[in-house]
Amino acid sequence: MRLQIRNLRFSYGSTEILRDINMGLNPSEVLGIVGPNGTGKSTLLRCIDRILIPEGEVLLDGQEISGMSRVEIAKRIGYVPQSMTGVFPATVFDMVLLGRRPHLSWRSSEEDMDKVLEMLDLMDIKDLAMRNFNETSGGQQQKVLIARALAQDVDILLLDEPTSNLDIKHQLEVMEILTELSKTKGISVMMAIHDLNLASRYSDRIIMLNGGGIRDVGDPASVLTAENIRSVYGVDVVVRNEDGKPYMIPMRSSR
Amino acid sequence: MPPETADIKEEYTRFIGRKILFITVLAALLILIVGISASLGSANISLTDAYSAILDKFFPDYFNPSNLATNVVWNIRLPRILLGIAAGIGLAVAGSAMQGILRNPLASPYTLGIASAAGFGAALAILLGKGFVGGDYLVVANAFIFAMLASGVIIGIARFKGTRPETMILAGIAIMYLFSAMTSLLQYFGEEAEVTAVVFWMLGDLDKASWDQLGIISLILVLCVPLLLLKSWDLNVMAAGDETAKSLGVRVERVRMLTMALASLLTASIVCFTGTIAFIGLVSPHIARMSIGGDNRFLLPASALVGAVLLVAADMVARRIIAPNILPVGIMTSFIGVPLFFYLILRKRREYW
Repeated sequence: MRLQIRNLRFSYGSTEILRDINMGLNPSEVLGIVGPNGTGKSTLLRCIDRILIPEGEVLLDGQEISGMSRVEIAKRIGYVPQSMTGVFPATVFDMVLLGRRPHLSWRSSEEDMDKVLEMLDLMDIKDLAMRNFNETSGGQQQKVLIARALAQDVDILLLDEPTSNLDIKHQLEVMEILTELSKTKGISVMMAIHDLNLASRYSDRIIMLNGGGIRDVGDPASVLTAENIRSVYGVDVVVRNEDGKPYMIPMRSSR
Repeated sequence: MPPETADIKEEYTRFIGRKILFITVLAALLILIVGISASLGSANISLTDAYSAILDKFFPDYFNPSNLATNVVWNIRLPRILLGIAAGIGLAVAGSAMQGILRNPLASPYTLGIASAAGFGAALAILLGKGFVGGDYLVVANAFIFAMLASGVIIGIARFKGTRPETMILAGIAIMYLFSAMTSLLQYFGEEAEVTAVVFWMLGDLDKASWDQLGIISLILVLCVPLLLLKSWDLNVMAAGDETAKSLGVRVERVRMLTMALASLLTASIVCFTGTIAFIGLVSPHIARMSIGGDNRFLLPASALVGAVLLVAADMVARRIIAPNILPVGIMTSFIGVPLFFYLILRKRREYW
């Protein structure tokens, strides 16, 4: 197990956001985190990357992450935020180059530049290299942010709603890139995701959160059941199986 | 057809090259302005004489400047010019760094109350003759100490309440109002001559330039500027937001406090000698940013040079425009800086902030 979480808890002041989170993440695994709004999906990702400081244990290859420096963590875990707004103008190239920050001193080397180019190529956004990041589309920005996390040379990627700003074509494209990265490079992907059908189609395993705790864990077919969805989301769905994966057709709000 | 990797690399290298070119041109411009400024004044010295006098110190026997030129340049004009350069560099670097860590285009040593605290310290010394140190350095030391006190309060509040940029900016603005109110109070009860002295101090000038002062300011520059330059990657990452910066390995709170402390030290050690020279710390970073973008590796040196060029040029005009009277440079920086600034804003097509 590459990442292990034991008894993780997090509160904002007196409001408890996450409680009793126990879970793991394997190499090459794509793990989808689903659950209603405000249930702590994003908070969980932030706690793992120590953007927020939780109680409990987060172990990276058996080593307690709270004992590691930020730079050490940044060399292992990449975090892709949902979107970036109000950012200073910078070229896409410079934006991806930021991902080299954990590895470099004042000068950026030839190697760093090559790394950036490799990631731009991998994400198929070479043509954007010298464009202003703020002037690119939502789908393009998402790819740039993933490229930046990959430029960190990490083996764990945490993504917060990677598809929420994208049209259906870009949604599939991003998900395919992520699953391919996990299979070819052995990267562990953990993503908070709203779209249950995308989660089902592309995740190896799904964790369903509800009210700050884990409601259910397992492969998509065992977690994404009509019953679970009714009790967690308050929605009646019809579940159809296609190639062994469940797909949900929403019928009505059951309240 | 997407571009080839080699093409992108070449284009990016050119993109960096343009930034370096801009910095080089500024450096050349600064050398030119130093020469012109050293040659202008009531004593008649030609441009060549001025450069000869300057270079003669470093390479004796090559240039043979006149005695008059050597005397006037080294004893009168050069300390003033060099103080202008040092102050321009320091204020501009402090301004860029503050704008960077606070992600706010209005942040500068002035908007954050550091200069108004220095002003209060000076006023206290001038009006009441009271301060932490006696003698010649009474006003200087008082201005310095109050400036550091103000930044200490901002950093203290940030430590206590978290270093969110908004918190720090609001604390800074509150401090600015507090100290200017206290200065007004002192002036209200002060003698006329002393009040005039306070007003003159606040205008800011390079009249009192001396080699001793230069020594002190240079030492602080040598201490602070390289440290800030080393942080330029962290500043770049922080421009993308605190969350991103943390996920990329930056200890955001620490960097923000350290940068604030260094920028305050720079500002305090300059304004305590020169008075509050307005505008340089705010506008130089913007001019540099509009020209070469926000990459702090190049932005910091570029704003430093813009600051130096602007301040030396403004002082040159201030010395000559109603000669033999000399205007305080603090008045001139805005007269020269604002039109230049407007021109750049109007000409700019791309977003830069």
